[in-house]
Amino acid sequence: MADLNLKPNLAQADDVYADLLAAHEGLSKEDSDALNARLILILANHIGDRAVLRAALDAAKSARPAG
Amino acid sequence: MNKIFEIPLYPYTRSPDQDAQTPVRRKVVVVGAGPIGLAAAIDLAQQGIEAIVLDDNDKVSFGSRAICFAKRPLEILDRLGCGQEMVDKGVVWNLGKVFFGDRKVYEFNLLPEEGHRRPAFINLQQYYFEEYLVKRARALEAEGAPIELRGQNKVLDVTDKGDHTVLRISTPDGDYTLEADWLIACDGAGSPIRAMMGLDFVGRVFEDNFLIADVVMDADFPTERWFWFDPPFNKGQSALLHKQPDGVWRIDLQLGWDIDKEKEKKPENVIPRLRAMLGEDVTFDLEWVSIYTFQCRRMEKFRHNRVIFAGDSAHQVSPFGARGANSGLQDTDNLMWKLGLVIGGTAPETLLDSYDTERIHGADENILNSSRSTDFITPKSETSRIFRDAVLDLSEQYEFARPLVNSGRLSVPCTYDGSPLNTPDALPGGPARTRPGAPCPDAPLDNGYLLGDLGCRFTLLTVDADAPDTIDEAGITVPRLALSAADDATGALAARYLGDAKSAIYLVRPDQHVAARWDTYDETATRAAIRRATGQE
Repeated sequence: MADLNLKPNLAQADDVYADLLAAHEGLSKEDSDALNARLILILANHIGDRAVLRAALDAAKSARPAG
Repeated sequence: MNKIFEIPLYPYTRSPDQDAQTPVRRKVVVVGAGPIGLAAAIDLAQQGIEAIVLDDNDKVSFGSRAICFAKRPLEILDRLGCGQEMVDKGVVWNLGKVFFGDRKVYEFNLLPEEGHRRPAFINLQQYYFEEYLVKRARALEAEGAPIELRGQNKVLDVTDKGDHTVLRISTPDGDYTLEADWLIACDGAGSPIRAMMGLDFVGRVFEDNFLIADVVMDADFPTERWFWFDPPFNKGQSALLHKQPDGVWRIDLQLGWDIDKEKEKKPENVIPRLRAMLGEDVTFDLEWVSIYTFQCRRMEKFRHNRVIFAGDSAHQVSPFGARGANSGLQDTDNLMWKLGLVIGGTAPETLLDSYDTERIHGADENILNSSRSTDFITPKSETSRIFRDAVLDLSEQYEFARPLVNSGRLSVPCTYDGSPLNTPDALPGGPARTRPGAPCPDAPLDNGYLLGDLGCRFTLLTVDADAPDTIDEAGITVPRLALSAADDATGALAARYLGDAKSAIYLVRPDQHVAARWDTYDETATRAAIRRATGQE
């Protein structure tokens, strides 16, 4: 089972980030939320490993700013 | 024409017990003549154990109520002598369609596994189910089996006397007292017995209402299960259409929480809703309407000395997944052989504690599944609705999302992993589905099916292995059922019972769960497993 990779893993980080923003451009908040949900589900299926997904959920939760 | 649920099937008649000078002691009293209480009494009567069924009513259930019966309960009913009638009358379905908004997002075929005598599910109104059980009970009674149905016998109070229970019962002729060695409470989710004993029923209440209607119509809707999320005729809610026998269709419409139930139940409010769903040109008659809210709860333990709870009285689930009546039948199937051994003096009373262990495991699995279905069908927050809708949108185009759509995970029997009655698995390469604790899957044989041959007693099933024809241990006689992989040309028997093993020996319980398995016969191990499976070790 693969561990969750929290080291830099994107060769073209700026491009990937720009793709994300572009996908949401012009969308209402509602449509953006729906797009994000679909994206999460597609990526979750692609990862296909519950342990990795749980580690990702924990990492996402713990990254909230203090206070 | 009178409907079956309008005719008293077990009308009140005066019992000699009501005239006895001192209260009569009965072996087992079952409270509640619903599907679970009747199944319990039939099981006992077939074992020759006295069972008196008390019910405050005298008719079968009003309206269709539980309508979906799964394979495992049908297999149990075969052993109770009324499976065939249910299957003959019931509607078999395999195709389901899922709609989201105004479009069909996908359809699925349950494609049931081959090589089972019984279908994956049938749809059958609860009143027919109960009618067939009553008929079976009457047939047993006519053969001289110790079973009796007492209609309009309402239990007023229950007193635990240590080795028996005293019941105060009201009838149209006045009250009487009855004693029971054992009391089985199958008196439903609102269990009066549970309330009289002051026992808790802990869990979660779902803040939602569903309108449920039985509609008689000559429409050419196919025999399929149709489920709508957020349909145009019931915006923001869900709906279900299911076919039952006799041209009766079952419709469930989610209504939300803040509604006036009495008002919504009125035909002048129900009919326009149904018309919007079915189409203006469909003519139909409304047979039954009800509104239900639901809860997922269970008792902390099901056995309280000589009072044992089974079915909805012990645990309640949401209706999604058909896990109510289906799991209740597995309760009594689990309990009755154990009670038979305890009453017969073969096994110690502590064997009954395994009923708690095993069926609480089952109840928790059912509650988990049914809570998850409910959370999908009726999202509880904005975010959960966003995810739910995302799954449905994706499911239209992408296969991966379809297993995430949850309109009810239909009832499957649970495996009693970790049960104290199990002997650790000793069949290397054996299939996981038949590990100790698992319900035996059926398999076709030359002249019938495996489960019919296993029957309702302990059996030593051998597949391409030697063993004695019978083993007697600790008061239990275990006959052998000798099979060979060659007995089933389809290969199902080998796939389900051998896996990668060359030979296999299974100790199968009377409820057709696996107690132990080995690759070859070992007398000492087999004897130990029999003692263990009957609480004698």
